[in-house]
Amino acid sequence: MASSPKGPPVAGDSPDARGAAPRNPRRRFLHTSGALLGAAATAGAGDVLAQGASQARAGALAASPPAIPESMKAPGAPVGAKLYGDPSPYESKVIRNVLPNQAQYISAASRTPLGELDGIITPSGLFYERHHGGVPTIDPAQHRLMLHGMVNTPIIFTVDDLRRFPSVTKIHFLECSGNPVYTKPYGKTASDLVGLVSCGEWTGVALKTLFDEAGLQPGAKWVMAEGADAAAMTRSIPIEKCLDDALVVYSQNGERLRPEQGYPIRLLAPGFEGNMNVKWLRRLKVTDAPVYSREETSKYTDLLPDGKAREFTFYMEAKSIITSPSGGQRISGPGFVEIRGIAWSGHGKIARVDVSVDGGNNWAEATLQEPILTRALTRFRHPWRWDGKPTVLESRAVDETGYVQPTFAQLLAQRGDNSFYHNNAVQPWRVAQNGEVTNANS
Amino acid sequence: MPTADCAQRTPSVARALLACAAGLALTGSCVAQTHYGFGRPATPAQIAAWDIDVAPDGRNLPAGGGSVAHGRDVYKIQCAACHGANGEGGLGDRLAGGTGSLATSKPVKTVGSFWPYATTLFDYIRRAMPLNAPQSLSNEDVYAVSGYVLLLNGLVSESAVIDASTLISLKMPNREGFVGDPRPDIKDAGCTHNCAK
Repeated sequence: MASSPKGPPVAGDSPDARGAAPRNPRRRFLHTSGALLGAAATAGAGDVLAQGASQARAGALAASPPAIPESMKAPGAPVGAKLYGDPSPYESKVIRNVLPNQAQYISAASRTPLGELDGIITPSGLFYERHHGGVPTIDPAQHRLMLHGMVNTPIIFTVDDLRRFPSVTKIHFLECSGNPVYTKPYGKTASDLVGLVSCGEWTGVALKTLFDEAGLQPGAKWVMAEGADAAAMTRSIPIEKCLDDALVVYSQNGERLRPEQGYPIRLLAPGFEGNMNVKWLRRLKVTDAPVYSREETSKYTDLLPDGKAREFTFYMEAKSIITSPSGGQRISGPGFVEIRGIAWSGHGKIARVDVSVDGGNNWAEATLQEPILTRALTRFRHPWRWDGKPTVLESRAVDETGYVQPTFAQLLAQRGDNSFYHNNAVQPWRVAQNGEVTNANS
Repeated sequence: MPTADCAQRTPSVARALLACAAGLALTGSCVAQTHYGFGRPATPAQIAAWDIDVAPDGRNLPAGGGSVAHGRDVYKIQCAACHGANGEGGLGDRLAGGTGSLATSKPVKTVGSFWPYATTLFDYIRRAMPLNAPQSLSNEDVYAVSGYVLLLNGLVSESAVIDASTLISLKMPNREGFVGDPRPDIKDAGCTHNCAK
């Protein structure tokens, strides 16, 4: 750990901005211009920490004392100028991350920009996507959910019917099971690597309520869930999960589901791999056996070195990632750095997150930010004084079952490198002497 | 809260309403509700129209069948552009070959080398293929083209006619290739000091 350089940390701080900035206004102007040019010349697209610093300096030109900010000299946009609000235009680069050069984009994914976000709720417009037949446009008045199979009374529900049942609101993460896959290239940023996780507040009706309504028959063991998309996505879910905490949800983050998240209704099986949380849900069939759909046999099974594959690997195990500083970002200089990140577990609450600033040799317990919720993203933070020397940063989640997030080497040793799904390895970030942060696995 | 129309659906609603009314009288609330009466009963015809999933028991497979020879034509028109003329893959997954590769460093997961059940082939093609026009093939076409993909993997003959019994009885090469979930399979004590030693 570095010792404190000089004085308390300041937002947008850097040695050249604070330690060397002259107080003469004209010289300061030249100084900041030079810094801006330098930043523009060297900044990469994801150079967030450094960009933040240069933006702070740019702001000093127009809006710092003695100048009066332009925003104070004329009225702003009138109320109602945007009837559905957008982020500031200065945040236009905070968008979903779609990896280039995919074979096609009908069955593909986009990732949440984890390195740009704070908090535990993923904005709905930045929620990760994984679709297998594109995003359908569905009129809720036309949509129906059929509940049938081993029930006493098969029922067809409208969306309005579902909204009349007692409602449940929960905060839960969703994560694609291939987040990331085991094979190179692993990716550069937190989003590239682990951006197939997001967290929302969900409102809907408990599946148990619907099953009680229809009356489960003896011998019911599985529930086949099917979507109304062009993939007619189909997964089998154990009845125990359905009766425990699964929901049919119609709202996300206080508003109706987004089309990309299953509008007008989706299944939510908290802690289970994302694919099982069937979107655009149209059918639930109660059965005595799994359907062995394509997505639970040829996909979403984990191939082992001996050629056998694990099937029905539903739960997403505990995981964490440092999102700041993270790959593609740059620490603008030695001194105080708050290490920030997210942790989650499909098996319950996060009990602890450890952070290492020396490549995994020594670990310290990070501070967890409340609320710490079951099967939800949990924020952690850890204060660090960077001494300006190259090092590797890591985080490691421990959940309430006592399970400790493994290293990638441990996963490979146990499962081989063709396992593909359910990679919950510790993500190491290499910090270079110039402050640049890169993926230490690549 | 239940309304009058809920009583139309199931006789047990009447009992629930009585219980609810009793609860209401005692406590001023109605929390013991077991039936709400929302939704409409699904008729057998409605269920049959939507009930397309096919499990390994094949109970839900439609009548009829299709020839592998016809499947070759269907494949050429509907599938080859993405999956390759011989199932070698392209925009879409590779469909054929790979047998014996699963335990190697370069496993090739295809219908023939990896899929445990032939019923899944019918189920998936009918519900989701071709990508640009799912649920556009007739049941005969789906049987036929399922058969052609099986032919590409050497699992049926060129003269075969595929029907429900073919798909149910065909034992796929990797049927026994799946095991349950043993996780947590990695148990780490969470070393905190001098862990690299």
